[in-house]
Amino acid sequence: MTRQRPLSPHLQVYRPQLTSMMSIIHRATGVALTTGTLVLAAWLVAVAIGGETYKMVAMAVAHPLGQFVLFGYSAALIYHALNGIRHLTWDLGFGLTIPEVYRSGHIVLFLTFLLTACLWLAILA
Amino acid sequence: MAEFTLPAHSKITSGDHYPASDAASNVRVFQIYRWSPDDDDNPRVDRFEVDLDDCGPMVLDALIKIKSEQDSSLTFRRSCREGICGSCSMNIDGTNTLACLKSIEDVTGDVKIFPLPHMPVVKDLVPDLSNAYRQLASIEPWLKTDTDAPDGEERLQSPAEREKLDGLWECVLCFSCSTACPSYWWNSDEYLGPAVLLQAYRWVADSRDDHTAERLDVLDDSFALYRCHTIMNCAKTCPKGLNPGKAIASIKSEIASR
Repeated sequence: MTRQRPLSPHLQVYRPQLTSMMSIIHRATGVALTTGTLVLAAWLVAVAIGGETYKMVAMAVAHPLGQFVLFGYSAALIYHALNGIRHLTWDLGFGLTIPEVYRSGHIVLFLTFLLTACLWLAILA
Repeated sequence: MAEFTLPAHSKITSGDHYPASDAASNVRVFQIYRWSPDDDDNPRVDRFEVDLDDCGPMVLDALIKIKSEQDSSLTFRRSCREGICGSCSMNIDGTNTLACLKSIEDVTGDVKIFPLPHMPVVKDLVPDLSNAYRQLASIEPWLKTDTDAPDGEERLQSPAEREKLDGLWECVLCFSCSTACPSYWWNSDEYLGPAVLLQAYRWVADSRDDHTAERLDVLDDSFALYRCHTIMNCAKTCPKGLNPGKAIASIKSEIASR
């Protein structure tokens, strides 16, 4: 009888590519945004209740850790929106050659940094 | 559910070292995945020192040299050595390609060679492609017609109709693209994968085929087709420069617009 065949290595050996990395980041930011929406809902509920409850949530948001979470949420939102547009153009049949995929990928990454930086410069100014 | 680590019996251990002769002047190390069904050992990675001054330019040349001079038990598929048979597909330097088309010069540092990723291993660099071939058969990759060909003639195509098959017919079925696709890694039981979907589109796009609608019906499945999330590792890795991701997008578009 032959032994059970091993599974050849995959994630362990495959070189990270812009293609697969931007895809997994799109998935990860999607999950993060879903979770973030719950936080947003909590904030809205706190606004509706007002008083002490709102003060507690406002304090959490103002805390450096809260600010960091908001920063991450905004960066995730901007990346996911921009890369989402990239996906929509692909679904329409455009930009599917590898040079185009790399160009649009670089544009999305650059705009994510730029817009996130602008947003937070405006917030902190 | 996708499993991101290797099962216990697939974990890789360090292997043997095969030094080059003392006369060797231009030595490169080839790290090669080894596994044999004939003993109880886990897979290992052997290190072969190869004198590049006494070796052809391609990775396949080095593999053949290692097999004839250092370890005759090294097992890999190869045939045409010019990128037309698709036999010697493997993972070299982190991406899938044909060993006969991959220049050793293009790799910096040790040349690391593994079988096509996330496949059952038959021996060393030989993966079991049975599932991929079964999937290929499932899309019925042949001309299906309801009418007879014109008497004594072949079925004609206009140059424009023929042009639609360019970028599709050149596929040599090496499965570099399918085994570069994370979606195929996690769902190869149901997802057809880029290689087979490119073949499927080759017949959807063929003006002579009468069963386009039926082909699209079969493909319109949340797993068989829509596990493609346009990651594009397929087109990035294709050693023939084809674009399976674009072919899949074309199938999705045909289904959406009918």
